[in-house]
Amino acid sequence: MVAAGSFIAGMLGALTGLGGGVVIVPLLTLAFGVDIRYAIGASLVSVIATSSGAAAAYLREGYSNMRVGMFLEVATTVGALSGAFIAAYISTSAIAVIFGLVLLYSAYSAARPGKDPALGLPADRVATFLKLDGSFPAQSADGSRKAAAEDGSAAEREPYHVRNVPAGFGLMYVAGVLSGLLGIGSGAVKVLAMDQAMKIPFKVSTTTSNFMIGVTAAASAGIYLRRGYIDPALALPVMIGVLAGALVGARILPGAKVKTLRVVFAVVIAALGAQMIFQGFKGKL
Amino acid sequence: MAERTKTTDLGIEIFLGHLLRTGVVIAAILVFTGGVWFLAQAGGARKDYKVFRGEPAELNHAAQIFYGAIRWQPLAVIQFGLLVLIATPVARVVFSMLGFGIERDWMYVGITALVLAVLLYSLIDPAAR
Repeated sequence: MVAAGSFIAGMLGALTGLGGGVVIVPLLTLAFGVDIRYAIGASLVSVIATSSGAAAAYLREGYSNMRVGMFLEVATTVGALSGAFIAAYISTSAIAVIFGLVLLYSAYSAARPGKDPALGLPADRVATFLKLDGSFPAQSADGSRKAAAEDGSAAEREPYHVRNVPAGFGLMYVAGVLSGLLGIGSGAVKVLAMDQAMKIPFKVSTTTSNFMIGVTAAASAGIYLRRGYIDPALALPVMIGVLAGALVGARILPGAKVKTLRVVFAVVIAALGAQMIFQGFKGKL
Repeated sequence: MAERTKTTDLGIEIFLGHLLRTGVVIAAILVFTGGVWFLAQAGGARKDYKVFRGEPAELNHAAQIFYGAIRWQPLAVIQFGLLVLIATPVARVVFSMLGFGIERDWMYVGITALVLAVLLYSLIDPAAR
């Protein structure tokens, strides 16, 4: 049962690009009555599994930006540590309410399709100093990838500049705190930081964020493991289910009606979010 | 210069991709093996997750998990698989640092070392409770 639910969560996560974590915790707590601390532990494990599992496929395409990822990971890992520490001092009801709010925000962000920020912005001083600017495989007007050059060198690449580094760094700290506190990947906040604030192209931010999620989750997973939040018998079906779901999701992604799915997903997580907040205030979680 | 850096980046990224996938596969095999075993042994006996008790100490500490896993205790084998899973992103950071080192990008060697320090602190710090 838990494995089947996790399978659907993993599939939805892969199809919508939001990761399965936001569904796992409400699923376990609301539907199966699991204590939210066990749920967070199991969710963290699934977050790492999907991140590392998907990275191999993403990396080969050459979209992700290692420097942006590594630089921002300073913020997310420190944030994750803070989040994991805070989690020990606040009530599970408060965690449930915060989780609900994050779900509502994720729903909003999933319903609104990502738009590529304008290219050709001027270079930013901080970004230049940190060597954050990069390029990604260019796409022709019909959306298909331009063919690699005949001499066998890499395909044509489109350069981009990274903007507002301090704002992005700050938002990433927040994403890390939420990740450590709630056991999720905080994909929605990461997209906010990279797309909206730093003006990184959509494909680059999605793949780089996927890369960072695993490292961020690993930072808090270590602490949760020692606190005894990670139960092997519970993490087992969740991890296997999410992994299988993510694999199937990635396989059927090309033919899927992503727009419809995003709307459905948004409605589902908004409902889960409202439920989490309600139960949190009632003190049931 | 800039272009050469980018191609090296791509080489490292592909290597890292394989590394991560291998880590996940090993972790999944361990978790699955331990899981089948656990179910065969424990049968339908189910724990109540509605009440949080926390896991026993032998499932919370890396050294003890490893000790249990080599003695083939099913739950410890699962937990060891999860530990391998948690370690894959850490390994990724280590190899990224080596990659930046090969490129002689000392600023990023430093940044990566910082990330690694935070990760190791979270995994090892004895007072983190």
